[in-house]
Amino acid sequence: MINMFAYNIPFASIFLMMIAAIITPLIPNRNRLPEKLSCLMIATVGILSAYLLYSLTNSGQSLNFNFSMGHFPAPWGNELRAGPLEAVLSLVFCTAMLLSLTGNLSSTAEDIAPKRRNIFCVLVNLLTASLLALTYTNDLFTAYVFIEINTIAACSIVAVKESPETVRAALRYLIMSLVGSGLVMIAICLLYDLTGHLLMQNMHNAIQVLVATKSYMMPLTVSLALITAGLAIKSALYPFASWLPDAHGSSTNASSAILSGLVLKGHIFTIIKIFYRVFGLDVIHLLRMDTVIFILGLTAMIMGSVHALRQKNVKRMIAWSSVAQVGYIFLGVGLNTTAGIAAACLHIIVHACVKPMLFTAAGGLSNAAGHKKGLHALMGTFYVNKWAGLGLIAGAFSMMGIPGFAGFASKLSLTLASFDHATVVWALSALAASSVLNALYYVPAVIVVLTHNKDAQKNFTAHAPTLSYKISMFVFLALNFYLGLFCVPLLRLITRGVNVL
Amino acid sequence: MNEELRRIWKSFFDWVMGNGPRPENEVIPPEPPPDLPFTRKPKDKYSRFHEATLKERYNQWLEIHGLHLFSVLYAGLSVLTCIVIVSLLLATVAELPPFGHERNPANNEVIRRYVEHGGHETGAQNIVAGLILDYRAFDTFGESAVLFTAAVSVLMLLGASRRNRAESELQPHTYEIGRNFLQRGPPSLGHHVFRRDDTILHSVANLSIPVILMMGCVVVINGHLSPGGGFSGGAILSTALILAANAYGFERVHEFFNERTFIISSSTALMIYALSKGYSFFTGANHIHSIIPKGTIGNILSGGLILPLNLCVGLIVAGTLYGFYALFSEGDM
Repeated sequence: MINMFAYNIPFASIFLMMIAAIITPLIPNRNRLPEKLSCLMIATVGILSAYLLYSLTNSGQSLNFNFSMGHFPAPWGNELRAGPLEAVLSLVFCTAMLLSLTGNLSSTAEDIAPKRRNIFCVLVNLLTASLLALTYTNDLFTAYVFIEINTIAACSIVAVKESPETVRAALRYLIMSLVGSGLVMIAICLLYDLTGHLLMQNMHNAIQVLVATKSYMMPLTVSLALITAGLAIKSALYPFASWLPDAHGSSTNASSAILSGLVLKGHIFTIIKIFYRVFGLDVIHLLRMDTVIFILGLTAMIMGSVHALRQKNVKRMIAWSSVAQVGYIFLGVGLNTTAGIAAACLHIIVHACVKPMLFTAAGGLSNAAGHKKGLHALMGTFYVNKWAGLGLIAGAFSMMGIPGFAGFASKLSLTLASFDHATVVWALSALAASSVLNALYYVPAVIVVLTHNKDAQKNFTAHAPTLSYKISMFVFLALNFYLGLFCVPLLRLITRGVNVL
Repeated sequence: MNEELRRIWKSFFDWVMGNGPRPENEVIPPEPPPDLPFTRKPKDKYSRFHEATLKERYNQWLEIHGLHLFSVLYAGLSVLTCIVIVSLLLATVAELPPFGHERNPANNEVIRRYVEHGGHETGAQNIVAGLILDYRAFDTFGESAVLFTAAVSVLMLLGASRRNRAESELQPHTYEIGRNFLQRGPPSLGHHVFRRDDTILHSVANLSIPVILMMGCVVVINGHLSPGGGFSGGAILSTALILAANAYGFERVHEFFNERTFIISSSTALMIYALSKGYSFFTGANHIHSIIPKGTIGNILSGGLILPLNLCVGLIVAGTLYGFYALFSEGDM
């Protein structure tokens, strides 16, 4: 049995981040105190999650546990549920969040007015808390409440940089996101009306009874479609991804990294939980939602890359590449097998580590080129900021799926998972086509960055990257290689986690 | 015949590519220098129509008619999508279990325990208060945090950037409320201009503000005994603040409730909520005896943590609603 300290970690990590968010407006806004507090709290929660993971995997037979929030047991009170998958995801979320913040400290200081910086920290803390709550919650309504916090905080960290583009992007993001929230809300109401529960396991049992007796099938299908559509809008699945490039391309680098790497993943993991824990894979297959998700995932993989090919702004290119990567994750979910969902979770982790690195690297490079974001302006910037250049190259290789880099591991596991599936030809050809398309826009970016350009280099602002930037980039690179070379134990852990999800 | 066909095809091809027959005396402008890779600029506007390729002609047509076509198509598709979704949702609602039927799935052991044992388990006479602030207090904590997030975001976006402009435009005796957010012009139609010496408004406000404040406090404090609670009581309290701001001017309200007080009160209230409920969650989950007494049902001091939590929620809601009003109408609070 798991020890008492580890047992309280899911609850403690959510509350620590909430308390950090609440106390930040009260502390003095100088000496970067709010930022230090946020980083300290996120690091603490990351270490706690690592300990939770360690004790879960070494606790013998029981891999997961429920934690009731209060004196009343689960169907009456709220409940958290933690297993290896939840622990791994919260560890990854905290690590990526911390690195996104520390890597972009200087650009955050340039982009955000000093008065707004403590509020930015409040929002980042709230985002982390909501991601942790979405990861751990076992109650659909609690998930909805934290989706709301997530939405408002995510839109605000786009608008925190004062410029016309960010305000427009934040408004677009807010409108699309609120449509998604509304759909999720309607779906939860319908599901509650049909099942009488909000706790995921009890909903699952009630849905099994409904399906067995073939009653209320039409409202059940509609509610599944609505909740999937709502969360797909929030996680930028292709036809609903029109808000993403503006929001991720125009905001400050830290916000782009957090939004692309983490905020999307919280919603995707919620979809996975709803598919796996609330409905069950056989019901999803019966209601044909797996096919819909599979086709949308395939479309996203191709169309995201096609759009990325047409971009001239490096951050928008990386943002469109996120749409393609979200497509990979949904492809894994759409396979509707345990192996597929495990591969999707591995890709969530890989993308959560690689995409913040790419945004941090792109920010460092365009900073070296004198704040120009156009791809052609980055010519030769590798020789000004080598760490950022290395980050961009490693990230690009990872997104293309070169062996040894993180992206290869998840693409390989997606391929292996698709062999069990009837539509293996479609999955394999889409994976191949998307990889080629990825190479078509990432390789030119790498070549541009590496090309010597004597004329332009004179104009570059030659200030060296800060120590925090170098350390963050080093950790990003190390994570990238770790995931690329030693992913088998991680994948085994994720599969165990998915089995007890 | 073949030659003829080829000639016709070539002239057609030339016409498509913009190389049609030229007048004899035309001066051909020199070619611009070749650009660096990645810096391809759009071609200069062609001066003669026959030089335009089909693609350019298409682009020109699109420039003139595209927006209109798009807006018509957009409006049509929006209406179509709305009709489809509305009819789908209506069809779904028609299929749902009948409202209020005793054999509905929602009438299960969860509801039964709330109704039958809610009183003595939470110590609250108002079952709804016991439900949202004791059984499912974590959700309510999240809801309060949603309000806090929204208030902090609006404060960040509107507060800091609009203060300077608002100060420079204040006039000595009159000031406008409900100024247009984007276009600021002289007060005209659609802008309310309030005078500070509005006797009717003052008398009504003098009479009603104390009553509204009392009402709000009663609703908040009796949240565990009667219908109401933090959310509704806080909304009532905020209307008193909004009325005061309209009658006496925002400066009078600023004297006791400004940005700083709002931040401090909201953060402190939410912090008290987080710490007290965190203690309750911790003891509950670890099966430790909690020191918080339940009290006797029906007394004002009963219901365990529900009374202080209602006060916290009321404070947050009142501050947030007034803050939204002040920030959106005045750009400052």
